[in-house]
Amino acid sequence: MTIEFRLNGRAATVTASPWRRLLDVLREDLGFTGTKEGCGEGECGACTVLIDGEAVNSCLVAAGQVSGREVTTIEGLGGDALHAVQDALVRFGGTQCGICTPGIALTAARILAREPDADRARIRELCAGNICRCTGYQLIVDAIIDAAGHIKSEEP
Amino acid sequence: MTAYLRPATLAEAVTARREHPDYVVLAGGTDLLVGAARRPPPPGILDVLGLAEATGIRHDEDGTLVIGGMTTYLALLESEVIAAELPMLRACAREIGALQIQARGTVAGNIATSSPVGDTLPVWLALDATVELVSASGSRRVPYGELITGYRKTQLGADELITAVRVPPREPGWAQHWRKVGTRRAQSISKVMLAAAAHVTGGVIRDVRLAFGAVADRPVRARAAEAAICGQAVGAGAVAAVRAALAGDITPIDDVRSSADYRLRVAQNLAARFIAQL
Repeated sequence: MTIEFRLNGRAATVTASPWRRLLDVLREDLGFTGTKEGCGEGECGACTVLIDGEAVNSCLVAAGQVSGREVTTIEGLGGDALHAVQDALVRFGGTQCGICTPGIALTAARILAREPDADRARIRELCAGNICRCTGYQLIVDAIIDAAGHIKSEEP
Repeated sequence: MTAYLRPATLAEAVTARREHPDYVVLAGGTDLLVGAARRPPPPGILDVLGLAEATGIRHDEDGTLVIGGMTTYLALLESEVIAAELPMLRACAREIGALQIQARGTVAGNIATSSPVGDTLPVWLALDATVELVSASGSRRVPYGELITGYRKTQLGADELITAVRVPPREPGWAQHWRKVGTRRAQSISKVMLAAAAHVTGGVIRDVRLAFGAVADRPVRARAAEAAICGQAVGAGAVAAVRAALAGDITPIDDVRSSADYRLRVAQNLAARFIAQL
């Protein structure tokens, strides 16, 4: 079928089986390889993207389901510059091997957009679906807290 | 080639369901998409996620709480009504997967998959909930305990959709309790779950529900244990009685996640803890 949706703020059209995983359509059909596959069964969060602003596992979304929706991948998170959470992850060293990082950044962006006042415990809970086997999470959570402060200070 | 239908109304949805019984009914996909790339594609998808008439939380005139089948776990967590009236459901939803699964998984999807480890399922047993099933020829309400007929089996008809779960009102004074035991807090598949409710007045257990998940081929009520403590005073006697009766009530199995002995012991501990804190 022809699937029309918005990808990173632009209109996108792709011809694909509606049963194909959104993850595969993004990576293989559209070339957006920033979205990673970890477990492929909704446990690890490496394939996290935003659909209409909410964090979801793109390995568990049938491509047909994004018709008419807004999808954000890591490629579109910050526009031309880095998003505040990407900048903070770089500054704090909240990344190591990198496979989980795009998913972490998208979950973090969702937290800042929808629960900007989340405390450390809540941030850890919201990140529980993004498994990182390198960092131990400390610097990731530090980066998200720092980015939340930056975003608030930019408000008029 | 897989067809894709996203009906705009419930009427369209049940008509499509009747016309295409071979299509996969898809909601959040958190069960159905696991391993999907390795399986042959279905002839079609009937996408019911977001179907307005089956989404949201409201009260009927008689006080019944009606939870739309397409309500996500995240929507349950964000609901003040759920927080106030069904704390056990809120506690349960909070421990399902993590954010990405909670944002996508639905009440009806959990029921339709009917896994023995489906997290919300013991909650419906403990709340005496009924499930609303709608087809092109009408609708019916089935007590949740009767809907399940076996391992991953329900009496959901090939032309039916799950539109809502209905939780009847209870008099004040019912305590609710939820506890899931798994290997870790997030993203874990349950070893044992207990959804429990009890009505205590004057220090006596007047009525009680003990519903377990992951201890049988389906979620089950521990009816012998319930009977053993109903009418008893709260305290050590009731705690001992519930432990003893449970051993004859449930017969868990050994599997990759746990042993039968461990599951029975944990089930007894969970029930004992609930009764002890009444």
